[in-house]
Amino acid sequence: MTTQAPRFWRCIPQRYNLIGTHCTSCDEYYFPPRNLCPNCRRGAQLEEYKFKGTGTVITYTTIYNATEDFEMQTPYHLAIIELDEGPRLTGQIVSSPGGIKIGMRVRPVFRILGKEGERGIIYYGTKFAPILEPSCSKERTP
Amino acid sequence: MRSVSIIGVGCTKFGERWDVSLRDMVAEAGVMAIDDASATGEQIDALYVGNMSGGRFVEQEHIGALIADCAGLSRLHIPSTRVEAACASGGLALRQAVLAVASGYHDIVIAAGVEKMTDVSSGTAADALAAAADREWECFFGATFPALYAMMARLHMRRYGTTHDQMAQVAVKNHYNACLNPIAQYHMEITVNDVNKSPMVADPLHILDCSPISDGAAAVVLAPTDMARRFSDLPVKIAASAQGSDTLALHDRRDLTTLDATVHAARKAFAQANVEPRQIDVAEVHDCFTIAEILAIEDLGFVEKGQGGKAVEEGMTALSGRLPINTSGGLKACGHPVGATGIKQAYEIALQLRGKAGRRQVDEAEVGLTHNVGGSGGTAIVHILTR
Repeated sequence: MTTQAPRFWRCIPQRYNLIGTHCTSCDEYYFPPRNLCPNCRRGAQLEEYKFKGTGTVITYTTIYNATEDFEMQTPYHLAIIELDEGPRLTGQIVSSPGGIKIGMRVRPVFRILGKEGERGIIYYGTKFAPILEPSCSKERTP
Repeated sequence: MRSVSIIGVGCTKFGERWDVSLRDMVAEAGVMAIDDASATGEQIDALYVGNMSGGRFVEQEHIGALIADCAGLSRLHIPSTRVEAACASGGLALRQAVLAVASGYHDIVIAAGVEKMTDVSSGTAADALAAAADREWECFFGATFPALYAMMARLHMRRYGTTHDQMAQVAVKNHYNACLNPIAQYHMEITVNDVNKSPMVADPLHILDCSPISDGAAAVVLAPTDMARRFSDLPVKIAASAQGSDTLALHDRRDLTTLDATVHAARKAFAQANVEPRQIDVAEVHDCFTIAEILAIEDLGFVEKGQGGKAVEEGMTALSGRLPINTSGGLKACGHPVGATGIKQAYEIALQLRGKAGRRQVDEAEVGLTHNVGGSGGTAIVHILTR
């Protein structure tokens, strides 16, 4: 990771709890948080908003060849997810191979995202897991 | 605004150039371009250089001053500016140089591009390139460049029925073209089967769907069109120079299978040049991944949205096709030293329009286009060149 502690700490609310912004003027939701609403600009009424975290897979890939920070995790799944409130984000999906489909419903899970070596800080944050049907409730989240 | 022409071009061999440095390459390309323009150093008014990440690749910033120095022009104290837009840095350097001449501020201007990527490990290179994506909201969660384009590819396949074989044919075609280009990184033909059997990088993209890590430099010399014939018998006119931008992160785009930055830049460029997409005879487009060439020919308006894969399969974009795309071998097979790519595209189109492209010459090429993309589509630059 090229990030350092203060850089990570600044983003803890968003990465741990999916906190973003809601503009009450135009009723648009933003993730990550914005200081300006692109629709209303200076006329915006912004408030902090904690997303439910549930959403839908728009597209995905399985990564076999990663940057140095993620080499030990390959293969892993990455997806673009549309949160139920509207905004999209990029995140990992914890699932067995072949377990992901476009349109699949997902929920947030709190996971380790990376470490700054053996002695450095550990980065936590949100990954996503499939919302399984009740009939197959034995869920594995590696 | 004044009309601007290219009066000289130069380009080094692309590839793993362990024997030369960034400085050596930029000087070689610059000298070739100035010689080709029959100009002298004293006539140069300004320099622009595209370079994405000298800081990460060779731990050298301040590339503007460096290249003026390497080119032997330091005693002239002319303005020398480095510009950066990730993989579109070269295209942006060309555009800045065009604006400088068109505005009347400068007459003779060099636009160069350079990247030296093989002095670091491939992991470090991948991380340096990942800086073109959103570091906080894409890379932090494990995104890589192949992964971002793989997600575009997956959705394009789902929506339009594009197949991986069609994507592989982009690589096959570009390797074929590269075999005819002396400066290309790869002089080997490949088959669809080779692409399909090569290791997976980010599903559905295999290693042979990806452009390589490369070293190289390119340069062009610009002049006002009304002065161009004093320097060159075969000047190439820059009929349009356009630039578009979009969100940095892929996930914030309006449509994940369209590069709106390309659509907007292309629309502006075609209006400026007063030509239609069907009038383009040859184009160099940004094929950093095979799917990117399919997206590009759609977003530039050469085919309908969703028809790019089919057009490649039917041979429309082959050297013998109706619209040859990436005659140089493209980023895929000519190589992709990121800062140099946008200038190399102009170099290739200039050769085609002059009729000097050797065995890969497109017959009667009169109007050419270059298309250079930064990141996953946050920046797009389109130039239209004419005889």
